[in-house]
Amino acid sequence: MIELQDVNKTYLVGESPLQALRDVNITIDAGEYLSVMGPSGSGKSTLLNMVGLLDRPDSGSYRLEGTATEELGEEARARLRADYVGFIFQAFHLINRLTTLENVELPMMLAGIAPKKRRQSALDVLEQVGLADRAGHRPNQLSGGQLQRVAIARAIVMRPRILLADEPTGNLDQASGAEVVEVLENLNREGITLLVVTHDAQLGKRARRRIRMVDGQIESDTGDGNAPAGSTAL
Amino acid sequence: MRLLDQLHFNGQLFLRHRVRTVLLLLAVGLGVASVIMLTSLGEGARRYVDREFSALGNQLLIVLPGRKETTGGAPPIYGAAPRDLTLEDAQALERLPAIRAVAPVIAGTAPVTRGSRSREVIVLGSTAAIFQVRKMDVAQGKILPERADSEALAVCVLGSKLKQELFGNRRAIGEWVRAGDRRMRVIGVLEERGESLGLDLRDMIIVPVRTAEQMFNSPGLFRVLLELDANADFDRVEERVRGVIRERHEGEDDVTLISQDSMLAAFNNILTTLTLAIAAIAAISLLVAGILIMNISLISVSQRRREIGLLKALGGSSRQVRQLFLGESLLLVSLGSVAGVAVAWVAVLVVARLWPAFPLAPPWWSVPAAVGTALLSGLVFSLIPARRAAALDPVLAMRGQDL
Repeated sequence: MIELQDVNKTYLVGESPLQALRDVNITIDAGEYLSVMGPSGSGKSTLLNMVGLLDRPDSGSYRLEGTATEELGEEARARLRADYVGFIFQAFHLINRLTTLENVELPMMLAGIAPKKRRQSALDVLEQVGLADRAGHRPNQLSGGQLQRVAIARAIVMRPRILLADEPTGNLDQASGAEVVEVLENLNREGITLLVVTHDAQLGKRARRRIRMVDGQIESDTGDGNAPAGSTAL
Repeated sequence: MRLLDQLHFNGQLFLRHRVRTVLLLLAVGLGVASVIMLTSLGEGARRYVDREFSALGNQLLIVLPGRKETTGGAPPIYGAAPRDLTLEDAQALERLPAIRAVAPVIAGTAPVTRGSRSREVIVLGSTAAIFQVRKMDVAQGKILPERADSEALAVCVLGSKLKQELFGNRRAIGEWVRAGDRRMRVIGVLEERGESLGLDLRDMIIVPVRTAEQMFNSPGLFRVLLELDANADFDRVEERVRGVIRERHEGEDDVTLISQDSMLAAFNNILTTLTLAIAAIAAISLLVAGILIMNISLISVSQRRREIGLLKALGGSSRQVRQLFLGESLLLVSLGSVAGVAVAWVAVLVVARLWPAFPLAPPWWSVPAAVGTALLSGLVFSLIPARRAAALDPVLAMRGQDL
């Protein structure tokens, strides 16, 4: 359960302030599938980072699973992020010197989980994204689609409630993009809340709930994020 | 994050950046090694002096003619004497209790000639007691006879090198040599012992003290060496010696007394201070290594901005990021230190083998001091880079933008 109330965020771009979020109010229930679209600079990435606890609101409140996050210190926010949120980035952000398996294990390593347990979890999620046979490979030996699937495995290895994807298909060709979207939608079907930020209208339309942002404000919010699959406007 | 995981994480980083890692290891290792090796030199010098003194026995009291009015400071080696210290003074001292042996010494240089070969050497005029007091012995022949303190006998004992130079491998005992303007018979050759307190025992000639008196035409002694009984009280003996000299020198105790201990203590002080100073100079190289670590860590932080942002997005806290960077430096310094200690150890062993006369050895404090300074410098200089890494905004960092 994600609740943002009157959230404002202003960045200084050079000398002039840029209001990235303007009185944003949004409630996202568990298991929703929603997309956030809008032109560049409309605040959609800021919204994503806000939800992912990477950014703090200047004003307003953000409750995650009932916890008022704006009162938490850096350590507590990091812990909450580790437990509830998984990130997927346009540029994958895998660490090249680590193997696929080690990359997937990284969140569990940071959380201090024992090597044996995290190895099993990492192998399980790699199986889930169909890359169990690539566990020993390094990122530079994998294709773009495979890299993003490894990144997804890394995002879900801690069994988060929320998956935040920033242009997950932006660096991929059609076929790999479709594979990645399928993996993500499967995860959503199993109950994870999926929030996708994208420029891609095709991808945006697949979500059951679609949010459009302009100038830091939510311009439109259509559809029901928890409607049964198949009832989406396709 | 578990310690083992952090070590593994940092280790992978080192493997990835081999050149960088090797250079830093080299910087730290050389710093640590230089501290240990240089302090070993200082400590070696201290031990060398220590050994030289103890070779003489520690029951030695040296009487020098003349008196310095300033007390304290380094002991005077030569004094300007208003009254000579004479052989008769030395013989008077012999009658004191608690004194085992008295060796008067007259020193000078003279050419020693045999046939066409001639060599300018130190001439030591003394008595049979000198052999006991300075722990010398002959390899061949005899030491000076007992009568050497009263008669100007024409006999001498040669240092081993001098014997070799004049006689080669032929027998020297019973042969005649010319020292200055006097002919004398060789009665003994000293055993090989190298230097003792800067005097090359191998390259000198020992003659009876009366003979030396005539050779140098001077009744004044260079010094008198006293060997005391094993449990003698130095202060009391010193008082008695001064008493005897006062009696014989018209009420003036115009001599300077140096005990083995006071001389040793003075040398010890000087050499320990020297060693510490050398260590401080060597420690500067560790400071330089620290600054190098800071530089490279700062570069590393800006190169790894994306990674740092990622770690934070994956649930890593600022504290963890700081720990990773500090841990990286400390691990590097530890490895470098181990390498440095190993190198220094091998170097000391090699030098000790090549040059056994010099007791090269690191003082006990040099390894902990070197490693401690290295760790401290590594820690202090990586605080700034680590703090900078921890403060990175993950969102901006991952976009790869500049701050």
